[in-house]
Amino acid sequence: MNLARRTFIKGAGAAGTVAVAVAAGLLKPTEVLAAEWNKAAFEAKGVPDALKAMGVASPADSKDILIKAPDIAENGAVVPVEVTSKIAGTESIALLVEKNATPLAADFNLMNGAEGYVSTRIKMGQTSNVRVVVKAGGKHYAAVKEVKVTIGGCGG
Amino acid sequence: MAEPMRIRATMAGDVADIKVLMNHPMETGQRKDAKTGQLVPAHFIQTVKAELNGKPVLDAQWSVAISRNPFLGFKVKGAKAGDKVTVSWTDNKGDKNSAEATVA
Repeated sequence: MNLARRTFIKGAGAAGTVAVAVAAGLLKPTEVLAAEWNKAAFEAKGVPDALKAMGVASPADSKDILIKAPDIAENGAVVPVEVTSKIAGTESIALLVEKNATPLAADFNLMNGAEGYVSTRIKMGQTSNVRVVVKAGGKHYAAVKEVKVTIGGCGG
Repeated sequence: MAEPMRIRATMAGDVADIKVLMNHPMETGQRKDAKTGQLVPAHFIQTVKAELNGKPVLDAQWSVAISRNPFLGFKVKGAKAGDKVTVSWTDNKGDKNSAEATVA
């Protein structure tokens, strides 16, 4: 059984290179269209990978980012989150739920007078830090808030 | 997806406070149908754009982690009563919707 698997993998090797080339070809156009949905970032399985796909390198912690979210959310399916960035020239606000299977929840680009503020409702699979990454003047800043999610299997 | 989207835009000083409520199932692709036991395919809004008098003010990308029937609030400085707010979205199946409101 193992041998059959080995030969299959060997045979697939040649086809594999073609697939990689195709994938590379497919990935490029999405990178060019910056406004398009950032598949790599949204499908990333961890915060570091998601930030990497967004082009964010080591954001500095900032006290000028205020995250308003409940300390305890009874229903993880609807967690209200309000972000205010007092950083001048805030260009974008990204929301990441660290323990969700794919952490990146949303990325908001703001322009033409839009203030450094967004409010929305997100889903959280479990108690987790909600991480906000703000881009301003080409630099990245971050803030974190923990939200406890009550998982009640019996609806308690 | 021709279900309505609601927009409320009110002035607070020189800042327009805009609140949007959309109608969308926002399926994660991880939920199983109770009857068939099959996974319900992911169906969610991917991009949201907002314009004030035709000028873009917000351009968002969303994942499945945005709650069902999404709420979006944002603020635009320098707006005035009578300005036109347009919000539109596109989901992963290519469905689109847009709505317009006037700043009050």
